[in-house]
Amino acid sequence: MQYDHILIRYGEMALKGKNIKKFITRLQENIQHKLKEFPNTKVKRTQGRMFVLLNGHEPDQVLDKCKNIFGIQSLSLAIKVENDVDAIKGAALYALTNSVDVRQFKVTVKRINKDFPVGSQEMNQVLGGHLLSNTDRYTVDVHQPDMEIKVEIRAEATYITSHVIPGLGGLPVGTSGKSLLMLSGGIDSPVAGYLAMKRGVQIEAIHFHSPPFTSERAKQKVFDLAEKLTKYGSSIKIHVVPFTKLQQEIFREMPDGYAMTIMRRMMLRISEKISEKESILSITTGENLGQVASQTMESMNTINEVTNYPILRPLITMDKQEIIKIAQAINTYETSILPYEDCCTIFVPKSPKTKPNREKVNQFESNNDFTDLIEEAVNGTEVVKVTDQREAASVFDDLL
Amino acid sequence: MIYLDNSATTKPDPSVLKSFEKVSSQYFANPSSIHQFGGETEKLLKQAKKQAADILNVGTDEIVFTSGGTEGNNTAIKGIALEHQGRGKHIITSEIEHPSVYDACQSLKTLGFEITYLPVNQNGVLAARDVENAIRPDTILISLMHVNNELGSIQPIKEVGEIAKQHPKLFFHVDDVQGIGKVPIPLKNSGIDLCTFSGHKIHGLKGTGILYIANRTKLFPLLHGGNQEQGIRSGTENLAGAVSMVKALRLIKEREKKEINRLYEISDYLKNELRNLAGVEVNTADDAAPHIINFSALGVKPEVIIHMLGEQDIFISTKSACSSKQKDESKVLAACGFNKGRSTSGLRVSLSYQTTKDEITVFLQTIEKAINQFKEAME
Repeated sequence: MQYDHILIRYGEMALKGKNIKKFITRLQENIQHKLKEFPNTKVKRTQGRMFVLLNGHEPDQVLDKCKNIFGIQSLSLAIKVENDVDAIKGAALYALTNSVDVRQFKVTVKRINKDFPVGSQEMNQVLGGHLLSNTDRYTVDVHQPDMEIKVEIRAEATYITSHVIPGLGGLPVGTSGKSLLMLSGGIDSPVAGYLAMKRGVQIEAIHFHSPPFTSERAKQKVFDLAEKLTKYGSSIKIHVVPFTKLQQEIFREMPDGYAMTIMRRMMLRISEKISEKESILSITTGENLGQVASQTMESMNTINEVTNYPILRPLITMDKQEIIKIAQAINTYETSILPYEDCCTIFVPKSPKTKPNREKVNQFESNNDFTDLIEEAVNGTEVVKVTDQREAASVFDDLL
Repeated sequence: MIYLDNSATTKPDPSVLKSFEKVSSQYFANPSSIHQFGGETEKLLKQAKKQAADILNVGTDEIVFTSGGTEGNNTAIKGIALEHQGRGKHIITSEIEHPSVYDACQSLKTLGFEITYLPVNQNGVLAARDVENAIRPDTILISLMHVNNELGSIQPIKEVGEIAKQHPKLFFHVDDVQGIGKVPIPLKNSGIDLCTFSGHKIHGLKGTGILYIANRTKLFPLLHGGNQEQGIRSGTENLAGAVSMVKALRLIKEREKKEINRLYEISDYLKNELRNLAGVEVNTADDAAPHIINFSALGVKPEVIIHMLGEQDIFISTKSACSSKQKDESKVLAACGFNKGRSTSGLRVSLSYQTTKDEITVFLQTIEKAINQFKEAME
């Protein structure tokens, strides 16, 4: 015997009104996409829940994939058996003995199919008795069991489910439109991307690359971070903007204290242009209040002036420690702390203005025409796609 | 040539050699160099690591490239012992371990460690219950092999893993040098904290290996230096070795999937035919790994048989190559409780996925002839 199903429960989505179908269909598509590498699996919808039919695939591996899909409230492994008391007994015993760290259990029978000859209460006792007499390490505890074995006798079959494993919650990626994530390579921006995805947002990324000042390794680091985010959604397109010329011009021509602010305004202008081209309706950043010089109310006010696109700032109120905790949980932290120079660390003004002022910035910018350089950066942008599927062809493939 | 000594070492796969050569000549930069060329080789190293992690279904940061089984086993055992000796100095292992485990444990005795060597039954298998009973409050490590190199016996690693899980303060190391590619064990959620693999046993190159170290397992490194391999194994990475190791790992895993049943068939055929030979006792049990078959030709000096077969270009071995220079009886066979006659006349045939049934037939005919010839000469 083996677990042959995964039962999927969706939480918040169930609250949606008429739109619910859109959310559920998207979730089903997202699950199907994630399980591509398990070709025999099928994702089926029945009233109020979803089942993954394993068809012989290793349950734990499939479960691991499903754990990272937004929109799933919880999951359970399930065994499907025919409506037969002995078959149900066998499956319940399998579920109990194949769980780790269980001492106390409880059986809950739901008889939806009233034609089944044994009543729910009686079935509870039959199964409980069967489990106790065939094992010797377990006891029954109906109040605080380590494991609740749920038995659902339905018309077509009986499902036995074991542990309830929490999912990530949130909304299925793709149900809330697309956003352009400004991905630097630091700790914050991948976390911001993750949190946006959790609200159903599909992400594209933009990265500012300043060769030869910033290296291939720095670029690769950003690709690696984006790839880690694909675990929670699908492929991610990364727009790599050649930023060297513009950055040099800014630092050559603009007053030292304002260079950082102006650089950020340029980045935002470019991001807006890329968004426009790609029909993306918002920009997501890892900005936070009070962390570094550019992250003050004045700075945000001045930087934000150049765009009327909504800017999502999922981290705005978080403490650094909270952000690091998420980064560790989503496995981006180790990559983020790799010490490569990026475009924000190579030219650093000696004393950046922490309280820049809009009028002054506009005045400085008007002394110089950046239009062509911005245009050039946008046009020179290279698009790289990192996928959530096993890496396709790589130059090293024949070696490995 | 009929090569039946694959548990000593295997013939490198041509494509593994090609990888080694190409990496050595084209990607020779130091992966730690910050220039672009170094960046490229670092990328290759990372990709190799990721592939190894994917194949073994573990995290990329849980893979450490080593020089092989001996280094892996020593790093694991001494690394745990030195790091965690403050909490206890008791180690559990078995009587039939490879010298790189057995002697590593033995050496720790001089530092005040106490070692429990668990016995095995006649099939060369230890009881998981014995492991459980041997655990004490000061036990810090259990080190067991998965598949025995002389006998092919399979240890109850899964059960011991479950026991280890109940004792979160001790570590469980598995020497899987002979098991990988032949007898699968999952690492994830298994209770196994460390697991040793070697390249040259799976058609990779000598001097290559992997040590799996589960996250949150702290080791005192044997080699200090430039902090390569997460600080566990300093020294400029052997990139060509690592890449070729991972390729060998991929190939053996593919072959395992497709050809394991055929290997079991050949193995059963060999065991059955050996049992029909007069004066031959098969020491390997029926439920052992498919690639190692140990038997005794009673009253015949094993070394003589080896040489007589060698004359015919057939290569088998006595006990493990690593202990064959010690005279007399096999420690493993003795530990199984075989009498002296049997434990001093053990021969080992070890197969690979390249072994054919025809080769086994020729081997059987030749060894029968050799045994008879020997006996005639002695009469």
